[in-house]
Amino acid sequence: MPHPAPPESPAPQALRQTPDALGRFGAFGGRFVPETLMDALNQLSEAYEEAKADPEFRRELEAYWKDYVGRPSPLYRADRLTKFSGGADIYLKREDLNHTGAHKINNAIGQVMIARRMGKQRVIAETGAGQHGVATATACALFGISCTVYMGEEDIRRQKLNVFNMRTMGATVVPVSSGSKTLRDATNEAFRDWMGSSKETHYTIGSVVGPHPFPMIVRDFQSVIGREARAQILEKIDRLPDAVVACVGGGSNAAGIFHPFIEDAGVELIGAEAGGRGGKSGDHASSLTQGKPGVLHGSFSYVLQDDDGQTQDVHSISAGLDYPGVGPEHAYWKDAGRVRYESVTDAEALAAYGESARQEGILPALESSHAIAQAFKEARRLGPGKVLIACLSGRGDKDAYEVARLRGEPIQ
Amino acid sequence: MNRIDALFTRLKAENRRALMPFLTAGDPDLATTAVLIPELVRRGANLLEIGIPYSDPVADGPVIAASYHRALVHGVRVGHIFQTLRTLRAEGDEAVRDTPLISMVSYSIVNRMGVDRYLNDAATAGLDGLIVPDLPVEESARLQEKATRRDLKLIQLITPTTPRARAVEIARLTTGFIYYVSVAGITGERKALPKDLKDNVAWLRTQTDLPICIGFGISSPEQVHELASVADGLIVGSALVRRLADAANRPRADLVKEVGDFIGSLAEALGGVEGSQAAGSAARPAQ
Repeated sequence: MPHPAPPESPAPQALRQTPDALGRFGAFGGRFVPETLMDALNQLSEAYEEAKADPEFRRELEAYWKDYVGRPSPLYRADRLTKFSGGADIYLKREDLNHTGAHKINNAIGQVMIARRMGKQRVIAETGAGQHGVATATACALFGISCTVYMGEEDIRRQKLNVFNMRTMGATVVPVSSGSKTLRDATNEAFRDWMGSSKETHYTIGSVVGPHPFPMIVRDFQSVIGREARAQILEKIDRLPDAVVACVGGGSNAAGIFHPFIEDAGVELIGAEAGGRGGKSGDHASSLTQGKPGVLHGSFSYVLQDDDGQTQDVHSISAGLDYPGVGPEHAYWKDAGRVRYESVTDAEALAAYGESARQEGILPALESSHAIAQAFKEARRLGPGKVLIACLSGRGDKDAYEVARLRGEPIQ
Repeated sequence: MNRIDALFTRLKAENRRALMPFLTAGDPDLATTAVLIPELVRRGANLLEIGIPYSDPVADGPVIAASYHRALVHGVRVGHIFQTLRTLRAEGDEAVRDTPLISMVSYSIVNRMGVDRYLNDAATAGLDGLIVPDLPVEESARLQEKATRRDLKLIQLITPTTPRARAVEIARLTTGFIYYVSVAGITGERKALPKDLKDNVAWLRTQTDLPICIGFGISSPEQVHELASVADGLIVGSALVRRLADAANRPRADLVKEVGDFIGSLAEALGGVEGSQAAGSAARPAQ
């Protein structure tokens, strides 16, 4: 094999871990970046460890999460979706009710607070669906820090509302016209910016991807989702759920909800990847189910790439899942057999979007619609009497224009 | 002796600096690359860096990133590139056969092909070393060990953001030469280079016996002339690749001549340097 073999059957206690000094989760992770960025990454690691050890940082972050974001987000028993699926009780972890409408704000506030501690005057970010861009622009407005967001031109077309909102909050949105004009290309541009600006700039990566320490930082900030969900379900049913489902693009909401359950062997964890139009290369974004171990954007993980190591084009109806890589901790969980990853097609996600709206009056983001579509399958498989939590990572307002276009009823 | 060591030994004895053009393999096509390499050697290139096109080159600026994209769109594969180089080594004249060739390659490509296969294929293609810009020293021990076993040099980068203690450690781990990145940023032509560049390179020279070559941002005969006083070699990439892109629609002979003329002007600027402050100079501490 051309890559270091992942550890065989890691002990259960190894599943929930802090990456090692090289930022490795088993064989995955690390830092595959130009030397120009190494000092910035070392400084970030140091600043994060200091912040983590500082009770005042934690107190302030939790205060913002509570009073600004609106945490804890509810855990809602979706009775009509449960009835519709005809199986296990479905609970929805309502990250869509957060300020700015998605889980992304949990991490953005944390990282911008670290940027502030480091004395950085400027923050950059990349965004696909725009939710991380909006969350970063929001956090920067909150702390009075300059913000630049890179976004592919195709995603700008798909997500006009978020672009408008970012600009309204004072962020500069830079269109990226290279390659497929989507998240991957926006990430390349953000890295290029950071190469020349790391002295005064913090790069707020939006998912559990990129070089160490980003996958750890983002996972830690997003784990608030799983900690809350775990406590809430214990309170509601006095036991843990039978399964937890979340969508996976880069994998931040999934890492956030899975991590606090990772040592609970009785809880099945299922990640829903973008199956797009089907299994053909270029028609999907299922990095874990169809990719191979490789390097992309600073990290060793599963990547959709050809035999030469060139990144392949991807497709998803959801701009937020339209990414050819995935977080290294997910790669570790997959190979350890702890999390099962499945592909959900565009059509299944669209159908779940519609059912969620009709059955519950909830418009989920197209990303989250993948989790809901998978939750239907898992609920039927588990059967009545079992309990399943699906992470509703974000709300669907941003996707209404794209869904309307796909339905042939474009909103003018 | 590895051709890179032989080159720097010879240049040191002659008190000369190396001119190292970078070009993207397969841009505009591999047949042109095969003609360009001998032409650049004839016009004064001492060592050639061959960029292996990669789909997501985060260290590269728009000029080189676009050239990678063009090559990939035209279907250039790593195997085709190695075959082209193998033919050049076999059929080129003595100067071409003696000129060191280094691949600039993303670790994504090396890892996907497999470290052993990449290094074996590179060695049999006549390459003398490799630069893997997205593989910092923390991740490079395995590749370094395997490259050394095949007498291939793994050239490491030191940048303006590298702390001094770390720079010393990188210098200890590199082989062939040190690639000193002139600017904190991506590849690309720049009118002005950092004021402290010369001082930083002069300091680095006190820490190592290895040749130090400067790259990123160097694009003109004036810059080459100025930096020749501190460097053992000067690397010119985007300025050459841009000329290739600008001339892409012209007949191949015109394109090759234009790029050859540019490299000739740089070689002339390098050759015109007087004094002996660089390689093997008094600036280096006595051994």
